[in-house]
Formats: sequence, structure tokens, C-alpha cells
Amino acid sequence: MGQSILVVGGGMSGVSAALEAAEAGYDVVLVEKNPYLGGRVAQLHQYFPKLCPPYCGLEINFKRIKSNPRIKLYTMSEVTGIEGEPGNYKVTINQLPRYVNERCTACGKCADAVEATIPSSFDYGLGQIKAAYLPHELAYPYRYVIDPSIVETEDGAKAKEACPYDAVVLDDAPKETIEEAGAIVWAAGWSPYDASKVEYYNFNSSPDIITNVQMERLAAAGGPTGGKIVKLSNGEAPKKVAFIQCAGSRDVNHLPFCSTICCLASLKQATYVREQLKDAEVTIYFIDIRAMDRNEDFYTKVKADEKISFVKSKIGLIEPGENGVLVLNGENTTTGERFKAEHDLVVLATGMQPNTDLSKIPADMVYDEYGFVQNAEGIFGAGTVRRPGEVHVSVQDGTSAALKAIQVVAGR
Amino acid sequence: MDKNQACYLCKGCGLGEALDFDNLEEVLGESGVSEVKTHDALCSPDGVALIQADVDGGVNAVLIGACSSRVKTDEFNFGSQVIVERASLREQALMCSEAEYEGEETAGEDRQMLAADYLRMSAVKLAKSNVPVPFKLELEPETALMVVGGGVAGINAALAGAKAGVQVYLVEKEAALGGFLGKMAKLAPETPPYQELEDTGLEELVAQVEADGKIKVYTGNTVDKTAGAPGNFTVTLSGGDTFRCGAIVQATGWLPYEPEKLADELAYGSNPGIITNVDMEAKAKAGELGGLGAVAFIQCAGSRDQNHLPYCSAVCCTVSLKQAMMVKEANPEAAVYVIYKDIRTPGQSEEVYREAQRKGVVFIRRDEDYPKISESGGKLAIETMDMTLNDTVEIDELDMVVLATGLKPNNPKVVDAPLVALGMDQEAAKKLAAESKAACDSWSVLNLQYRQGPNLPTLKYAYPDSHFICFPYETRRTGIYTAGTVRRPMRVSQAVEDATGAALKAIQAAHAAAEGVAVHPRSGDMSFPEFAMQRCTQCKRCTEECPFGAINEDEKANPLPNPTRCRRCGVCMGACPERIISFKNYSVDMIGSMIKSIEVPEEDEEKPRVIILACENDALPAIDMAARKGHKWSPYIRFIPVRCLGSVNLVWIADALSSGIDGVMLFGCRHGEDYQCHFIKGSELANVRMSKISETLDRLVLESDRVRVEEISFNEVDRVPEIIAEFMETIEEVGPNPYKGF
Repeated sequence: MGQSILVVGGGMSGVSAALEAAEAGYDVVLVEKNPYLGGRVAQLHQYFPKLCPPYCGLEINFKRIKSNPRIKLYTMSEVTGIEGEPGNYKVTINQLPRYVNERCTACGKCADAVEATIPSSFDYGLGQIKAAYLPHELAYPYRYVIDPSIVETEDGAKAKEACPYDAVVLDDAPKETIEEAGAIVWAAGWSPYDASKVEYYNFNSSPDIITNVQMERLAAAGGPTGGKIVKLSNGEAPKKVAFIQCAGSRDVNHLPFCSTICCLASLKQATYVREQLKDAEVTIYFIDIRAMDRNEDFYTKVKADEKISFVKSKIGLIEPGENGVLVLNGENTTTGERFKAEHDLVVLATGMQPNTDLSKIPADMVYDEYGFVQNAEGIFGAGTVRRPGEVHVSVQDGTSAALKAIQVVAGR
Repeated sequence: MDKNQACYLCKGCGLGEALDFDNLEEVLGESGVSEVKTHDALCSPDGVALIQADVDGGVNAVLIGACSSRVKTDEFNFGSQVIVERASLREQALMCSEAEYEGEETAGEDRQMLAADYLRMSAVKLAKSNVPVPFKLELEPETALMVVGGGVAGINAALAGAKAGVQVYLVEKEAALGGFLGKMAKLAPETPPYQELEDTGLEELVAQVEADGKIKVYTGNTVDKTAGAPGNFTVTLSGGDTFRCGAIVQATGWLPYEPEKLADELAYGSNPGIITNVDMEAKAKAGELGGLGAVAFIQCAGSRDQNHLPYCSAVCCTVSLKQAMMVKEANPEAAVYVIYKDIRTPGQSEEVYREAQRKGVVFIRRDEDYPKISESGGKLAIETMDMTLNDTVEIDELDMVVLATGLKPNNPKVVDAPLVALGMDQEAAKKLAAESKAACDSWSVLNLQYRQGPNLPTLKYAYPDSHFICFPYETRRTGIYTAGTVRRPMRVSQAVEDATGAALKAIQAAHAAAEGVAVHPRSGDMSFPEFAMQRCTQCKRCTEECPFGAINEDEKANPLPNPTRCRRCGVCMGACPERIISFKNYSVDMIGSMIKSIEVPEEDEEKPRVIILACENDALPAIDMAARKGHKWSPYIRFIPVRCLGSVNLVWIADALSSGIDGVMLFGCRHGEDYQCHFIKGSELANVRMSKISETLDRLVLESDRVRVEEISFNEVDRVPEIIAEFMETIEEVGPNPYKGF
């Protein structure tokens, strides 16, 4: 049926766009930057408000992809050029080498053989992994990756030697491919705002100041601590945990907009702490708690926990105290009091920066002043490149973008 | 079909070293598979070529003894006409079992028996599988869509469908299109720089609808009757028109929360100056804001309130900011107050909040208590807690107090029993079900001619969705999607996207019905349940328990299946006491025979056998993962994947126990209010059915400890070995099944 639809980004909105178009009978090219699909949600421990694992839904989506011959998948790939017009695009895709081919059975012998380690980007740098690695235990495609840093080293040779299936290809090279497409869905997602830019929180001064995305990895069974929430400074369980809302959000010096999900994410993470650490106290410092629609029920439930308290305050400074304690300086806007509060683990609820702010679409597009993309004829944004939002909004938006793309190619 | 079967065993990933392949070939021979080939890496191009050559030579049923069916799916796909059955020797026999036990020598033997049993089961499954033949509707499948509701969501769904080339029938109960959009004066800022109020754009939308030859509009009409199924709905309208359509979008919008219910808390009705945000919008549209000198908006009027609407309606903050800006536009000197609990302006709407502050709107944060509204000297006064001052403040000389009331879905609340899914006790559940039936009897949007009732089932509030995080469009009626504020509170720009997406889901459903394949979550599945009617006893279990209302009944209570409404979960198959329901590639007989093919050692061998019927969506991946992670568990366990726990027929338990199997576990998804079951009620139904298993066990004079249901979440990988170890202990305590050897 007509031409292909090219979808950029294999996160929740991109996967939705690709599947919904393919299941309506259209051919789809799906281009993902990572070696696996799932995007940011693959890195989450649980979803709010149901506290369920994201992989439950991802598994269904991956099953749909596996059984649908209409979807052509590129991983480790980025779109570097778009030429043409609606109905007739030529898209340049640059694929980085994986150094592992489809013969890989994920037996793990290459990882066993390799000694070098690299920081785990999947764990937001919290842990080290072998330089021959499976991106994560549920990764799809289920195939190892060899980090370019060891390809020309002895470790690279060891990996190749260890593989019983001839799957390690050390002379793998970047590939440039041109795909033709009638319409493009840009669902490149978001990045966590760089917490070190919010100088007064001294993010780099202590390993016990972490971001909300890192907290997800701490709580996840597949994460660097095996799912244990600990202070990274000494491996001990925290006793007083603080969540600082709007860390760089709703702030004209950083991200002027509201990222929509951070309140709920912190409420959810407060339940992670309380579930694991029965005596830990949690304080959430906030401006407004934005638990929209049925998520209000979740807020109501979390508020009922006596060990979770809410303080309306914009924290102005985090400074080191004695024995590694972190001292939060703020003003309680309810009582007017200035206070210094001691915590041993601080989670910064940083916001969503659209990836279209960090890296523009290689086409003539219009963005708002924050970098969110506006739709053009033939190229449609989907998900968090259009506005910050929850998972269900990304699915909605991906589905919607798929139909806009279909409208371009239908009948051609 | 004539089956020409062959088996391929993989020696890769350590299988070759761990297992005795001569023995496995023997076992397969005894199971009727005489053609067996082995390969050192079956998934390699060589290995696949080996199989492909045989397929080219006429093999059409392939048994692969290698790794989990969740991996290497592309490699082991030989087209839709070749049945492929995968025995997961790597994950379920090799990785999860010990190579040797301390001080004993039987590990190799146990592992070998494990692998042999999986091959026996796979051989039976292959023998009993057939290639599904897609269901074809009798009439030519219809691709047209019906959109019910002519507000912003409905109009956009209709336009989106028509632009994709599909015929659309748009039904609106009022005399004109527009819904609440037609009652709005302005929209809150939606385009950069998010500071200027915007026109609703309704006229342009209506003009587009009118100019579109593919959209037929029925204003002044409601739906009297929707009969049929996806691909073949027949709709009768209140005006008498009828048409066929393939799928439906319900975009019936919202209803304002009844302000009369706020008479006590917010003095609604006591003074004409106390109005709702809906009234305020009408005044703005009529240009009546000019004379206002002082106005206060009270946010969360009945929202986020356990006595009224417990949820947040998501739009009221932005609406009040918009209306505050309209008051300021009409009279820049006007004093405007917004009294709130939390200002909720997500995303770029934060700029609207900033703009309102720049325009001089005063924001007062209140506590949980409602402000007190009183009358003094012909004006209104408000006494409220100001959390910033930590003191009570009074605002007087107000011309108007606007109550920011919330949104209710324009859809009757429909909840069905048993309502364990809502975490309720059965009595409360029955009461609620009776209430919802009463509500439905008096009011229906679609008037579905379905045995399970005329409306879309709803969750806790009256929102008719199911998996609202991952699959927000899914309702519990196939081919019928909801869009806009009937699905979830949302603002106009979001409703536009929502409607566009819903239109695609509807187009897709009609497409799937025409192709004879399933929609989400078993997208593309060509199998469907077939009923051996001559043995039906009209017990109605299938028609009552289908989570999707797929099965109607005739007047004699015979089931009338509608395959295009079906999601292929097999809940009907699990429900049927006469075992008359089966799929071409999934049946009561098939799983029963697989169970019976397990070789049960004599009692004195002290090797118990336990089967685990595991949901293939969540539990099976968790088991895979646990094995790959290096967890080990008892080699006496045999896993059998099922489509959904709801498809488990009690006879399988009896089959297992009567053939000497010592214990049976069911691994399924979480049920209750936050259920994870992809088929909504499957896991819950399994629990309900298992609670009645004692009858069967009593009849067999067996202990109830031998059967257990466990909820296991996708990521609870580490619990897999724990649960198994605990159950094996129980089985040891209970002792061997006395039926061994019978």
C-alpha cells in the first residue's frame, strides 16, 4: 500500500507510531539510536499510578513487532539527512557498528572473556558494565554489543575468540543507507535536564545527590544495586530521603515549562523507598503537586503515608553537612520560616528536555522557544518532542502521528 | 491438514554438552516424530538453511528444540503455512537446572528427563496443531467508521478518518456540530509563545466537515441500536436512518459536575453571582464581562474531593486562567483572584500561568477547606485560608464568584460482576453491578446489542478504558474506541490528537476484521474459537465470562460467537465445562494431552512432578529471565505456557492430578484494581475458578495444597525460584500423589 512511513525513535511514541501504522497495513521503517527498543520507559522500574513494570506492555509491543513483517528496524542508527517533499522523502540513515551480528545467541561468552569495563549508560552512569554487553536483561533485540573502545584492543580479540558462533565482527563499520518514505514521524524523545546546571544544588558534590532517572535504576532489580535503594557514598540504606521538585523546571533560567511527570515520578519513587525501607522518612519539597486526572488518587494514597511529608518550598541550596549529611536550605512558604533540613539522600526531580532542543531535525522545521517541534506537512512530531507528557500521552501522540503520516501516503 | 513433521535439535549454547541427544531422538521417536536432525547452532544461517531445505521439500510442521520461543523468532519463521513449535530446552531445561548435585549423581538424569518431557509435550502439541484459517465475515467487510459525538474530538476523528480515505458517519445529538467547543468564547493559549488567547476555530472545522464528501453528518440524532461486530456493525439512528460500519469511535465528551451538589460547601444557588466556569464561558461568549470590577475563581470546586469528584479534571486551572485573562481583557482594572490548592498548568501551559500573573491576577493558595462565600451589601465576600500568609483572609466587594467545577465523562458507569477486579468484596460488587445495570437501562450511548449489555464497561470512574497507561485506546469492546474527554479529562489540543489516534485504531480494527485477524494484544492472530455446538449445555459461562462481550446468546441460551469481536484469549475455552470450545492451534485436548505426555516416575523413585501453567505474556518472560540470570530450581518442574490464565480449563488440573502429577501451579498476572492482565479479567477469573477447585480435589480425595495460583509480575524475576522452592516444600510435606502408577 503506497509508500513507507519512516519513524525516528523507538521509545513509547515511536514504537506506537510504527506498530499502529503497520497494523493498519502500511510499511514502516523504524530508526532507533540505541542498540535496543523501548527508550526511556525501558529504564523505568515501575509506572505510576499502577506501580506495574513497563516491560509488561513493552513485551506485547515487541511481540507485535516480531510478528509483523511490515516493520523494518534499524538500531544504533540516526537520521542524518532528509531530502525531498511530502510523499517523496529520501532519508539518510547512519548506522553505527555493533560489532556483533545476528548469529549472536546472547550466550554471554564474549562478556566473560573481556576485562575492560565502561560506565553503564542504561544505568545513567551509576554502574560499570563489561565493554561487551547486553544492553539490559530484557533488551530487544536480544543481542550483545561491543563497545568501540575495545575493538582494536586485546579485549576485542578475546571477545572474538570467545564467541562460539562467529558473531563478533571486529571490522564492522558504520553504514549509510538511504530509505525512501512518504512521510516521517519524529519521535526522538527527551533527555533528563542536566542537573549540574542547577548550580545551587551542587549535584556533583556528593554521590548521595541523584536525579529522578537515576533513582529508577537504583530501584530496578536489573540496576546497579540489584534493586536496593542505597546511598552510593557508602552503600548504606538512607534514613531521610528528600525529593526536590522542579529542580530546574518552571524556572526561566533553566526549563521554563513544567515537565508534567516529575511530581508523579517523585510520588512513585517515595513508594519505592517506603516499600523497601520501613523506617525511612521521605520529604517532598514542592511548588504545586501536579497529579492530574486519575493520578490524583495516587497522590491521595501517598499522602496517607505518615512517613511521607510534603513541604511547600523551593529549595535554594544544598550544602554538605557533617558526616556526609546533606543540608537543604529553603523557606517554607506556608509558615514563612527559613529552614535547614538534613537528609542523607536527595533526589532531584529534573525535567524533560526535548531531544529536538539538543539535536534538530535535519529538515526545515519550526520549534518553540524551548525546542519543542511544531508539525509540518509530511513530518510530524510525536510524544515528548512536542510537549512533555506521560507514557499514555506518548502512545496517544504516536498513534495520532501515525494517522497523519498515513494521510500523506494513503492512495499514492 | 496433512502434516509432514520434523524435529530439529540444537546443540549450541551448552545443550550439546549437557544432554544425551541419542536418548532425546529415541524419546521423539516414541512420540511419533521419526525425522530428527541436530545442528551445532541451529539459529545460524547454516542451521536455518537445514530446516528451510526440508520445508522446501514438503515439511510443514517443525519442532525446534533449542531456545525460548521469545528469541530468534525471525530465524525460525518459515511462513504462515508452516507450524513451528519451540521446545525451550535452553532456558527451561538447561539454564535453570543444576549440572551436578553435591554428593549425588542424579543431576544429569533429572535434566535429561526434563528435556525429554519438554520434547514429548512439544511433539503432542505439534501433532494437535493446525494452521489457522482466518475467519471471514459472511457479508463484504465494511470499512466505514461511525463517530458518535460532534464536539471537538468527534469532528477531528471524522476528519482524520476521511482524510485517510475512509467513509465516516458522524452522529451528533444536538442540532448543530460543536459540542462544548461551540460554547467556548476562546481557547487557552496553545501555540508559541503560549500567551495569547485563541479562537476556537470551530467554524473552520465545521466547514471542513461539510466540504468533505466522505463524511455524512447526522445531527439531531442519537444511536438507537448498534448490532453486529467489527467489520459488520449495523447502526440504527433515532431519526430512523440505518447504515453499516466497520468500527466505531465514541467521542461523547463530558458533562459538567452538577453545581447543585455544592450548595452546602460553596453556596451555589444562593446568589446569582455565584456561577460555574461553564456559565462564565457563556457570559464571555455573550460579551458580558465588561462590567466586572472584582471576580474570584475557586478552583477544585467539587474536584479532588472524596465527597464529590475524587479525581482532578486536569483542565480547570487552565480554564480559570483563561477566564481570568478574559476578565482582565474586558476591564484591565478588574481585581481578579484565583483561590487554589495547586495550580496545575502542565507543559507549555506554565507560560499561561506566568502570563496571568503578569496581567495582575492574584493567586491565593488555600487549604483543604472550601472558602466561605457570603453576601454583603449586594456584593459577594469570601473568607479563605491563605497558606502563604498562614492566616485567614477576606476578599469582599466581589461581583462574581466562579466555581471551577470538574468534568464527568458523558458515559454511563458500567461495572460488571464479579468485581474482584475492582478490589471489592462480592456483596459490594453485586450492589454496584446492579446500580450500573440500572444506570445502563436508563441511558446508553451506543445501545450495543450485546449479551453483556449496551455500553462500554468502565473502570473506577465512568471512564471506559482498560490499560490506561500502555494501551490507552483499549476499551473492552473490540472495534469501539473512545476519544477525548469521555476517555480521560483533557484539554482541547489533546482531544484533537486523541481523536486522530482513535480514528486510526478504528480504521485498523475494521482492516483486521476484513483480514480475519485479531487486534491488540494478539495482533495478527488468525486463530479464533470454534464451538462444537452439538455438545453445548447452554450453561452460559462463555457468554458471561468473555472479557470482551464477544459472544451473544439466542433465546435458548445457545452461544452465538462473533469472531471479529474476539481477542483470542481463550477465556471461553477455560470457562466451558463441556470443553466444546477450541482454537485450531490451542485447545483443551491439546494441553490436556501435553500434560498426560509427561512421564511420571514411580513413587519409589522419589522424583515428584509439578506442572506450572504460565501466562505467556508476563510469567513466561519472567521465567526466561530468571533462568538466564542463573537462578536454579527444581528439575521436577514442567512449564506449560497458556494464552492467559483465564484460558485454563479446570479439567487440566484433573488431568494432571489423575495422571500422578504431584502438584499444579498457575502463574498469572496481578488482578484487582491495578490489574495487569492483558485480557482484563483472565487472571481474576482463574482465581475465582481455582477457589472452586476443592470440589474436584475432594472427588479425587486429594489435598487442596496441591494446587496454587501465584501472581507474578514481569519484573519479579527473583521470585520465580522462591515460589517454586516453597511449593516444592509443600509438595514434599503433602507427599506423593496416590494416583501415581494408575
